[in-house]
Parts: sequence; C-alpha cells; structure tokens
Amino acid sequence: MDVFKVLDALACPLPLSGIDTDQLIPARFMKRSRADGYGNFLLYDLRFDENGQRHPDCPLNAPRWQGAKILVTRRNFGSGSSREAAVYALADYGFTCVIAPSFGDIFASNAVNNGLLPATVSEEDAEALLAALESSDGSARVDLETCEIRAANLVIPFRIDPVWRTKLLNGWDDIDLTLSHSAAIEAFQVNDAKTRPWLVPKSRPA
Amino acid sequence: MVHSAEAGPRTLFDKIFDQHVVTAREDGQCLLFIDRHLLHEGSFHAFDKLKARNASVLRPDLTFGIEDHYVPTRTRDLAAIDPAIAHMIRQLRDNTTRHGLRLFGLSDPAQGIVHVLGPEQGLTLPGLTIVCGDSHTATHGAFGAIAFGIGASEVAHVLMTQTLWQKRPKRMRIRVEGRLGPGVFAKDMALSIIAMIGADGAAGHAIEYAGSAVRALSMEGRLTLCNLSIEAGGRCGMVAPDEMTLAYLRERPYAPSGTDFERAADHWLALRGEPDAAFDREVVLDAAEIAPIVTWGISPEDAAPITASAPDPDRMTDHARAAHVREALDYMGIRPGQPLTEIAIDRVFIGSCTNSRIEDLRAAAAILAGRRARVPGLVSPGSAVVKRQAEEEGLHRIFTEAGLDWVDAGCSMCVGMNGDLVPPGERCASTTNRNFRGRQGPGSRTHLMSPAMAAAAAITGHLTDMRPLLQGRESGLTKGR
Repeated sequence: MDVFKVLDALACPLPLSGIDTDQLIPARFMKRSRADGYGNFLLYDLRFDENGQRHPDCPLNAPRWQGAKILVTRRNFGSGSSREAAVYALADYGFTCVIAPSFGDIFASNAVNNGLLPATVSEEDAEALLAALESSDGSARVDLETCEIRAANLVIPFRIDPVWRTKLLNGWDDIDLTLSHSAAIEAFQVNDAKTRPWLVPKSRPA
Repeated sequence: MVHSAEAGPRTLFDKIFDQHVVTAREDGQCLLFIDRHLLHEGSFHAFDKLKARNASVLRPDLTFGIEDHYVPTRTRDLAAIDPAIAHMIRQLRDNTTRHGLRLFGLSDPAQGIVHVLGPEQGLTLPGLTIVCGDSHTATHGAFGAIAFGIGASEVAHVLMTQTLWQKRPKRMRIRVEGRLGPGVFAKDMALSIIAMIGADGAAGHAIEYAGSAVRALSMEGRLTLCNLSIEAGGRCGMVAPDEMTLAYLRERPYAPSGTDFERAADHWLALRGEPDAAFDREVVLDAAEIAPIVTWGISPEDAAPITASAPDPDRMTDHARAAHVREALDYMGIRPGQPLTEIAIDRVFIGSCTNSRIEDLRAAAAILAGRRARVPGLVSPGSAVVKRQAEEEGLHRIFTEAGLDWVDAGCSMCVGMNGDLVPPGERCASTTNRNFRGRQGPGSRTHLMSPAMAAAAAITGHLTDMRPLLQGRESGLTKGR
C-alpha cells in the first residue's frame, strides 16, 4: 500500500450530506472485475443522467475540478452498504483523501485499508472549507503528520484514529502484521476448543 | 481479564469482546478471533486477494457461503437469467468449492438471505463474533452476538487468519420502556430511534438494546431491530440472550445439541451485562409514544409518524439540514408540508433481511386477507424455510388473491442486484432498510415501513395508517404459533 504523508492537490467541493455507498457506486456496476477499474462508475447517477449525459451542475463534471485528488463534503459520507467497491471507485477515479464532518464506520475502515485518508473535521470547518474552495484556486494541502488542512487562508485541524494514521503514514497492510501473530492465534484456538467445545457446528446437513 | 478496557462491571458487549481477544496492542488495537464468517456473491474481491497470495482459508469449518444478493426470485434456473448475474452466483460456487466451504446454494432447502438463514439454521448463537461482507450483519446481534459488516479487505483477512484488528468501540444503550401500541412493530421502534438520534447517531458505538419493550419483542422482532443498527451508524447492535433466545435455538440444525447445548446455555446466560456496567451514552424511548412510521426522504433518519406531514425546509434554522431536506423532497417528488397519507404509491415490496420472516408475512397477510391491492407488488420470503412455513399457513394464497406476486427468497428488490427493480420515478412502499437515492434502481423512490404498513399502502394505493385496517384481525399476527 502507498505511504500517505502530505498531499498537495485540487480539492473538489461536493456540498451534499449523506452520500451513501449506494451512490458512490450503484449496485448495478458491482458485477465487474476490479481489473477493469471502477473510476468511471463513481457517483454515476449524480454525474450522469439516464441517457449517460453529464449533469453540468455536478462539481465532478466541472472543468475546474478535473484532476482533484481531495473531495470535501458534508456529514455522514460513506454511510450504508459495506461495499469496498465504493472506495475502489473513489481511488480509481483519483481521490486519495475525503474530508467530511463524519463518515460511515465501515467505509472509513475500508478507505484506510486502501490507502485513502478519511479526514474528519467539524461541521463549521467543513462549511468554511467548502466556501473557501469555491472562491479560491481550489488547491489544498493535507498533512497527515500534523493533521492539518491548508486551503486559501484557512488552517483546519482534522481528526483520524491514531492507529489508522500510523497505518497510512507507513503504508502498512494488516495481513502481514497479523501473520506475525500466528502462534498467538494458534494458541487461542487450542484453548478455545476446550472452553467452548460447542463452537464448531457438528451437524452438517446436506 | 487483562484485555478489559477497565476493571469494574462489564457490559454484554465487553464480556464477549474480551473473550475473543487473541492479542492486544499498546495502541488499543485488539486482534479478535472470529467465530462465524458468512460469505455471499460479493466476496469475489476477497477471494481474488487470496488467490494473489496463494493463500488458503484458515477455518473452513467456521466459514459459510450463502447465495442471496444476486439470486433470481422468479426462477431458479441460472440458464434463464442475465449471464452477468449468473456469473456472480457461479463465481461463489467456484470459490466455495475450491476452498471446501459449505455453501447454501439456490437448490438448498435452507437457502435464504444470509441474515435470515443464519439464525434459522442455528449458525447464529449468543456470545459469538460474526462477520459478513454486508452491513446488515448486525442483525445477528439479536441473539447476543457481536456481529458486524466488513469490507472486502477484511473479508480476505478473516479468510486467511480467522481474526480482525478492532478497536473497542464506545458503548451505547438504547432502552425502550413500556408497551408498544397495537399495530406498532419493531420496525417502527427502529425507525423512531434513527429519526431521533440521526443516521450517524450511533457512529463509533456498539449498541445494546434493552428495556421492557425490547424484552417483549419476539426473536423476529429483535432481528428487525438489530438489523437497522447500521442505519443509525452503529457498529453493531445486540440484545442480551434470555430464555426466549434459548427456546428459539433448541433443535436448530447447526446449533449445539444435548449436553453441549445445556453447557453452552449456561455460558450464554452469563454473558448478560452487569447491572452497574457503564455506557458511554444512553438513549431512552417511551414505547407508548411510538406510532407507525414511514420515511419521506432519502435517508432512514428522514422518518415520521404516518399521521405527520413532510417537513418544510423554509422553516428550518439549520442550514445544512434544510439543504438536505430540500434535496430529499425534490428527489422524492413531495411538497413541503404535504400530509404523508396523501402520497400515492406505484408498487409495494415485502421482503429483505429487515422484514421477511414469518412474523412479518403474517402481519402483512393479516391486513391483506380478503382485500385487493391497488398496485402491483412483490412478496419475497426471507428463506426457503420461511416460504414453506408461509405456504403451510396459507399466507401465499392471501398475497396472490390480493394481486401480489409470491416469489422465491433472496435480497431481491431491496438492492436490485438480481434485476428486481423499481422503475425510474416510481414510488415503492418497501419493508426494506434503505431509502437511499436509486437504491431500488436508478431514479426509484423508496418509502420504508413495516410489513403491515406496506400491506395497507398496497390496499389503498397511498401511504396509510394501517391501524384501522387491522381492527378485528389482530389474531392474524400470531397465527400458526
């Protein structure tokens, strides 16, 4: 996984609350292989009409926000379905950071597992940032070392679980870490088989 | 126990969490052992990750495959459906076969929605840690288990290690005290809670549901309540196991039997939280004040009693909330201040992991018996077991005589992955869990409600207070018991 330290990029404002994972990637696109890339399906029904034409008022379609790597939005981003494809769509589109006042728990965890930073800010700071990006050149700096966002003349602190921060800063993958605890997992199972002998279903009807 | 957050009286959640800690780090991350891993067709990303590492499944005996998300409900013949959808099902068959996992496939007499099948088969037990790549996994918490949804990277992690790194969440207790009125169900309780605390009100928290009204719920009702925990942002939701839990589990195919069951039961009942255990947050509701609820917007928190009207964003002082309400009403095609009972519907859907159990079908049938639906609709039982039982009770005839389609089990029109879709612009009275924009199909408009309320809407053609329609038919709610 890529290391995340400091990101200087365009920050696209998307002033909507409750952008759930069904919107981030509608279910009908989830049959595809990740190898094909999910970026084209990101927020598909917000970006395109029923004939596949771009909605001109969707910020993601505006020329000035092309190439943005940071998305700034309102509360409860990524709520709903646990589909990791929502993160794949963001990542494949080019986003590596989302800034919002709150995130769906499962989404945030999925994001970190893919090197995408979910940065939590206060509602006031989110509103200030949304406004500042519209009236400036739209660039921002997200510093994970200091947990600060700089845009226009704003300096905004953001929150991230310290464990997730460490993981992103180092680009760690959980599986390798866990495999280093294999002996402890084995010991747990041996003991557990004695204390909870009913754990494994015995009956396996056809 | 060394891994406890702090010494002192512990909650139900903490007792189970502590029992599953394999190792704990200084930074608070705990490696948790996972007792049940449930997989559906969406698991292919995770199996791809296994393949890339040439890894195997550590505990195939604790891992189960279930065909539900993409399964057709009007045929069981894969040759007769969209090849891309059939591919999703075959892919799960290939992956479970390759790794030697028990699969509940389309032709299995136990097939059903994962969150209906698990409890029904006795795979779901108190005190377990249960994960699935599906956000409604909290459903299984009705048995006093820690059950939560995970993403594909975590599914791969559990497949390979049977563990997950977790930070202990905060604990929230939601108490509902008193008695629910006639015609008020677990669905109304859950939607009332979400409307009160918000769709992210329980974010970062494990919820324990308690209070006399929760205790009085059947296992089916508790499953509905826990199912909707994620719609309040909760990590998981649970109800302490009691005699009702044990009675449900006895003789279930995969539950322990004989002396194993009795030994397990002692362990399970001891998991109850201690009386003085502290919660980070507590919310209390009066059951008597809960009315039948419907949603009017595009988030489950956009919910109100059927007797109310849609909100007016121009009268709101909260700028962001007013913007959301404006967006929601515009998408839903509802006027500010419009009485909810004036909203005409185009179809109904009765099903999903939220409300497709036998008790749900009985409630809908109690309203529909001898009446005709004015709109088309789909009734999809939660499992083949529920389907057989409903047919033994004659419920299927009530649905078909009312003009609704009685089909097979699956996630169906809740998420539309199998092609059961609400057409663009149409409005659906739905017993499901999400009224998100486009959830039931591009441009679809969803109103969430209980099965009895969906049945009433089918009869009148608009959102309706079902209570007058239930009068004299209350015995139908418990028929077959």
